[in-house]
Amino acid sequence: MRLRLEPRTETARWVALATPLLAAGLTLVFGIILFTALGYDPGRALNSFFVKPIENVYGLTELAVKATPLLLCALGLAVGFRGGVWNIGAEGQLTVGAIAAGGLALAFNGDEPFWLLPAMVVAGAAGGALWAAIPAFLRVRFNTNEILTSLMLTYVAVQILGYLVHGPWRNPQGFNFPQTRDFGEGAVIPLLMEGTRLHWGTVLAALAVPAAWLLMDKSYLGFQIRVTGMAPRAAAYAGYPVGRIVWAGFIAGGAMAGLAGMMEAAGPIGKLQPVISPGYGFAAIIVAFLGRLNAFGILFASLLVALLYLGGEMAQIDLKVPPAVTGVFQGLLLFFLLGSDFLARYRVKVERRAAA
Amino acid sequence: MEETRSLPVQASNPPLIELRGIVKAYPGCLANDHIDLSIAAGEIHALLGENGAGKSTLVKIVAGVVAPDEGEIRWQGEAVAIDGPAAARRLGIGMVFQHFTLFESLTVTENVALGAGAAGRDRKALAARIAALAARYGLAVDPHRHVHHLAVGERQRVEILRCLLEEPRLIVLDEPTSVLTPQETETLFATLKMLAAEGRSILFISHKLDEVRALCQRATVLRGGKRVGECDPRVETAAALARLMVGADVAAARRGAPRAPGGEMLRLDKLDLPPADPHGVALSGVELTVRAGEIVGIAGVAGNGQSELLAAITGERAAPDHAVRVAGVPAGQRPPAYRRRLGLAVIPEERLDRGVVAELSLAENAVLTAAGQGLVRGGLVRARAAADYAHKVIERFGVVARGSNAEADSLSGGNIQKFILGREMLQNPKLLVAAHPTWGVDVGASADIHRALVALRDAGAAILIVSEDLDELLAISDRVAAICRGRLSPVIAAGEAGRERLGQWMSGLFAAGAPAHAA
Repeated sequence: MRLRLEPRTETARWVALATPLLAAGLTLVFGIILFTALGYDPGRALNSFFVKPIENVYGLTELAVKATPLLLCALGLAVGFRGGVWNIGAEGQLTVGAIAAGGLALAFNGDEPFWLLPAMVVAGAAGGALWAAIPAFLRVRFNTNEILTSLMLTYVAVQILGYLVHGPWRNPQGFNFPQTRDFGEGAVIPLLMEGTRLHWGTVLAALAVPAAWLLMDKSYLGFQIRVTGMAPRAAAYAGYPVGRIVWAGFIAGGAMAGLAGMMEAAGPIGKLQPVISPGYGFAAIIVAFLGRLNAFGILFASLLVALLYLGGEMAQIDLKVPPAVTGVFQGLLLFFLLGSDFLARYRVKVERRAAA
Repeated sequence: MEETRSLPVQASNPPLIELRGIVKAYPGCLANDHIDLSIAAGEIHALLGENGAGKSTLVKIVAGVVAPDEGEIRWQGEAVAIDGPAAARRLGIGMVFQHFTLFESLTVTENVALGAGAAGRDRKALAARIAALAARYGLAVDPHRHVHHLAVGERQRVEILRCLLEEPRLIVLDEPTSVLTPQETETLFATLKMLAAEGRSILFISHKLDEVRALCQRATVLRGGKRVGECDPRVETAAALARLMVGADVAAARRGAPRAPGGEMLRLDKLDLPPADPHGVALSGVELTVRAGEIVGIAGVAGNGQSELLAAITGERAAPDHAVRVAGVPAGQRPPAYRRRLGLAVIPEERLDRGVVAELSLAENAVLTAAGQGLVRGGLVRARAAADYAHKVIERFGVVARGSNAEADSLSGGNIQKFILGREMLQNPKLLVAAHPTWGVDVGASADIHRALVALRDAGAAILIVSEDLDELLAISDRVAAICRGRLSPVIAAGEAGRERLGQWMSGLFAAGAPAHAA
C-alpha cells in the first residue's frame, strides 16, 4: 500500500469554508481531551483561552497590540514567500529595526525635535531592510541558501542588541539593569486610547493591509514576483529581472519587520531591552501561511495568533497551566488549521497493489 | 527501402499478445475505451495516434505500469495479469522509453548492470555479452564508455541493448525516432527488422506516418481513446493514415513564393558560448542571418547546442555584445526585456512552466510576455485588458479553452502551444524565434501553427525555427541549416537542401568554417 498526494483539480467552495470550522472542531475535541487528561476543567480552560482575553475593551485593545507586529512582519514576509524568497529572519530584521529607531531616540533623549518620530519610522524600516539586504546580496551574488543566512543573522542581531543594552547604551541610572533609558515623550508613539496600550502603529499596520494587497495581487511587480515564485523558468523566459525580484522580496520583508521592531520599542516597551520580541518574527511565518499569503487572510490570521498568545498567558494565570501545555494547545490549533487547509487542496490517494 | 519480411502471420497460432476491451479512465477523461490489439510473433506492429489519443496509456498497461479498469490481456493465448513492470519483464516484455533512463556519470556496462540483477555482478562477462549483442544486431556501442560522452543515438542503442539482454519476446518502443537523424533511423529500422526476423514482436509507437509505412506490417490507429481502425500501412497512403488518425483531411501549409529579403532582423557573428553545465554543449563560431520576410529553419538532433543557441538569442544567457544583433542593434549583453522591446518574440522549448505558468489563468499568462501591449498601466495589471487580450488569442488562433479564466494546465499541449504562439504573434514581432513549435502537437494543430507562421512571414517578420522535425523544416522554411555539437552548417535554400544532405549535416558532416550566406 502506498499513499500519494494529488492536487485537487477544483476545490469546492463549501470545502474551502468548511476546513476552518473542521479545524476548530478538532481543536476543541482534542483540547478537551488534553485538559481533561491533565486534570484541568476543560470548560474553564477553553474559556480562558478564547473568551476571557477579549471579554472587555481592554482585552480587545491588547489583542490589537499583539496583532500589530505579527501583521506587519507577515505582510512583508508574504511578498517574499510569493516570490520564492524564504526569508526566515524577520525576527532579526525586527531587532535591527528596533536598534536603529532606538538609537535615534536615545541620541535626542530629552530634547526631541518634532520630526524625530517620523525619522524613527524611517530608521526602523531602513534598519530592517539593511539586515535583510545581507542574505539578499548573498543569494543573488553567490546563490547562498537564504533560509540559513537569514536565520543565522537573527542570532547576530539579538547579540548586537544584547551588547548595546548591556554596554554602551545602558541606562546609567538604571541600577545596572540591562536596558536603555526610557525614550523621551517625543520618541514614543502616541496612544490611540487612554488607559490602554493601543497606539497609532496599529492604524499604520491596518493601512498596510490594503497596500500589501495592491502590491501583491494587483501590481505588475507583484505579478512578476508571483511568477518568479511559481515558475522561475517562466520568469527567465519572460525576461523578468530575477535578481531584482529577490531583492524586492527581501527588502519588503525586512522593512516591514524593522517597522514592527520600531513600533514595539517606541510603543508598548518605550525603551530598548535584551528582548524586544517574544518571537513575533517567527510566528509571522505561520501567520503568513495561515493567511494563505493573502493580505486580508493574513489580517485574520494575525488576530487569531495574537489571541492564542493572550489566551496562553490567561490560562497560565487563571488555571496555573504550565507554559508547555499552552504551547501544546497552540500547536494543536495550528496543526489542524494548516493540515485541513492542506487536505482541502490535495487529496490523499491510497494505492493498493497486489504483491508482484 | 528493402523489405525484410518476417515469417508469415499464421491465423492458427494464437497471437503473442492480445488485448481485449481494455478500458482505462482517469478523472474527466476516458483514456482507453474498449481497445483491442493483437500482435503476432515476429510482427512489427505500429500504434498510431495523435497526442492524447491514448497511446501512452495503452503502452503503460502493456508494461505493467498502469492497471486497466476493464478488459483482458492474453499472452500466447493464456489470460494473464501484468501487475507491475517486473511481471511484464518475466513474461518477456521489454520497454525502450522515449526519455532515457541512463546515469550520465556511469559507463554503459555499469548502467546495464544496475538493472541486470545477479547477471550484473560479473562486469567483465556482462561487458562481453553487451559487445556480442551489439555486434550481432549492428548496435555499435563501446561498453566501457561513459554515458555522458555518448550521442543521443548511441544512448538509445544502450537502452535497446539493455532491453535485449532480457531476451524479450515483445519489444515496445515509444517514439524512438524522435531523437534520431534520418540515417540513424534507417540503422535502427534495420536492427528492428533483424529482431523481427528472429521471431520477436515489436510494438512501434509513432506519429510519423512515413516511418510507420516503411517499417510496420500492421498498424492499429487510436483516436480519442478509441480504436478507429487497423490496416496494413504499407498499402495505405500517408494521407489515408492521417485521415484515420485525425478524422478529417489535413491541409498542409504552403510555403509561398520567396519574397525579396528585407533587412537583417537577426545576425549572429562568430558567436562562441561556453556550455552552461558540464554536460552542456559549447557554441563555436556560429554565423547566421535572418532577414525580414523569411523563415530560416535549423535542424539538429536534440542536445547539439540548440538550447544554448536559443538562450544566446533570447538573452537568457549573455554573449559578446556584437555577436548578437537584433534588428541591427548589438544586444548580446542586453537582457531579454530589452530585446523584446526591439521586436523579439520567443516560443520556448517547453510549454508548461516556461512558456506559460501552469496554475495561472490564460489572462494572467497573457501578461507574462505581453505586458507591453497595454496590459499594465501605472504599475498595475489591467485585468480587463489582459482578459481581452487572452480572448483575442483564443479566438484568432482557435485555442480550445473554457475562456480567459481557464488555468493554463487545463488545456491540452497543442492548445497551450497555440496560445503561446498567438500571444507572441499578436505583439507584431519583427523577429520570432520558435523552438520545436509543433513538438508533441497533433497533426491538425500542427497545420494551424504552420499556417500562422507562414502568414507572419508574409506580413514581413523574420522567423527562426529550431526543430528536430525535418519534414516540418523543409515544408515551411525558406532557408535551412543544421546544428551539430555546437557548430552551425552552411545555410542554404530549402529547395536545394533535401533530407539526405541535411541528415549528413545533422551528424556533423559539413566543411568547417565555410559559412555560406546563400539566399
